[in-house]
Amino acid sequence: MRRDRLGYLFISPWLIGFAVFTALPFIASVCLSFTHYTVASSPTWVGLANYQTLLFDDPSFWTAIWNTLVYALVAVPLGVAAAFVLALLLNVEVRGIAVYRTIFFLPHIVPVVASSVVFMWVLNPQIGLVNGILRLVGIEGPAWLQDPSWSMTTLIMLSLWGIGGSVVIYLAGLKDVPASLYEAARIDGANVVQRAIHITMPMMTPVIFFNLVMGIIHAFQYFTQAYILTSGGPQESTLFLALYLFFRAWRYLDLGYASALAWIMFVLVASITYGLFKTHKRWVHYE
Amino acid sequence: MNARLGPGKRLLTHAILIVLAIPFLLPLVWMVSTSLKEDTQIFPREGEAASPFAIDNLIPSPVAWHNYADALVEVPFLTYLGNTTVLCVLNVVCAVLSSAVVAYGFARLRFRFREPLFVLLLMTMALPAQVTMIPQFMLFRELGWYGTFLPLIVPSCFGVPLFIFLMRQFFLTIPEEMIESARMEGASEWQIFRQLVMPLSIPVLATCALFQFLHTWNDFVGPLIYLNDPNRYTLAYGLQQFLSEYGGRWSHLMAASAMFIAPVLLLFFLTQRTFIQGIATTGSKG
Repeated sequence: MRRDRLGYLFISPWLIGFAVFTALPFIASVCLSFTHYTVASSPTWVGLANYQTLLFDDPSFWTAIWNTLVYALVAVPLGVAAAFVLALLLNVEVRGIAVYRTIFFLPHIVPVVASSVVFMWVLNPQIGLVNGILRLVGIEGPAWLQDPSWSMTTLIMLSLWGIGGSVVIYLAGLKDVPASLYEAARIDGANVVQRAIHITMPMMTPVIFFNLVMGIIHAFQYFTQAYILTSGGPQESTLFLALYLFFRAWRYLDLGYASALAWIMFVLVASITYGLFKTHKRWVHYE
Repeated sequence: MNARLGPGKRLLTHAILIVLAIPFLLPLVWMVSTSLKEDTQIFPREGEAASPFAIDNLIPSPVAWHNYADALVEVPFLTYLGNTTVLCVLNVVCAVLSSAVVAYGFARLRFRFREPLFVLLLMTMALPAQVTMIPQFMLFRELGWYGTFLPLIVPSCFGVPLFIFLMRQFFLTIPEEMIESARMEGASEWQIFRQLVMPLSIPVLATCALFQFLHTWNDFVGPLIYLNDPNRYTLAYGLQQFLSEYGGRWSHLMAASAMFIAPVLLLFFLTQRTFIQGIATTGSKG
């Protein structure tokens, strides 16, 4: 039909782009994951060997899985909770509230490379700002990013610096909660905390859910900050899946192996997202 | 909740917000402070132990403005700025125009498999980039584009799923009668799109342009994978390279970081509303 053709003409840029930059690479990546391929030679079929090595013979892989899960399961819920509480705090009417909102939002738009460079300096063990402040109260702070028992905690704390974006989303959501609900609750004698738990929280669950899912998907791809700040170290304490994949692909040029890693990552992300959607009906409230 | 608070609670709210604001602001303040210091103010003297923080550490004296000039030359900031600007302009133009065309198709034209295709488009937003990264790299290398800007520009000429989604939502709010009457007058779909829909959609186009600008300005992974010639480095990548080569030059690193951040902050203050509304709609439409 003519109408069909016109429609396809309009969406053709995306259709072509999807085929060339998403669909074909997607399929190619499955195939590659069954090969041994270093850029110099052409790919040779090795069946499941890459997966076998990954699962049974590569401790770094398990370290990366563990670290990624820890990061995703701690940093993401922590960020969601912190952003939610911050949004509640910023939703009150006091003078200068717009200034506060701006302050909490600003870090969100600071380029990751810039903030990483700044953190590197602020967290310098000897002459950094943070340990300087801790010395004021007589504490000699740890080496943060350079101490394997602190590096993960440090990265998780740094992730909170950028929650301003989620705060904005929650603030917008809070504006959409009908005032009549609060009125009714107030008449029934509910106090501030009760109103927050019984009205605000349930009404906000769709937004919280969205943030949780996107947060988890992003956490699995967590890369730039770790690459700049720790490069996976010390002693692989911050080796994340995306980092390990990058090292395998671009340092060792082990593209088949890295593709297998990508696929394991994909399956993990997809199943966790699917799992979250399964719980969706139980706690996400829609009008 | 927009609660109206009594004076006591108001004071408490201010206190809490100020205490919480410190960790959000202090790193940036410290960055500016360091960027204006001489090395003698940054590093402890030979044999002296690192000292606790003192409030006058925040104020550089004397003020070393020359750090900024030094960073411009040493990084080399201007070369990277030029490259970044070229990439930003091209990416914004390509991404916004191509996404708008596609979004119009999805919003206003009827064709077979429209709904499933749109769902497919939404699903690609959740696909981790790592899955397609390696074959994409091989493709661009095969084409001889490795080391050029092309891999960092061409993909955005084919529509960006998030933008297509946002624009489609916006296009759907344009009254059907307006478009229908233009059709009756014999306007082609392309004319309707160009002359009617696009001018009405400036807000959403601006939001997407802003998002794309930020994305390109901040992008680290793209240049990391595809650029190998220091003359083509972007600011994000160049700054990281400078850090890994001259890690200890904190005053210059902070000056360069400040100059890298400044345009983004400036843009934010100029377009605050577009900014905040854009982020809010991205979040709530999910």
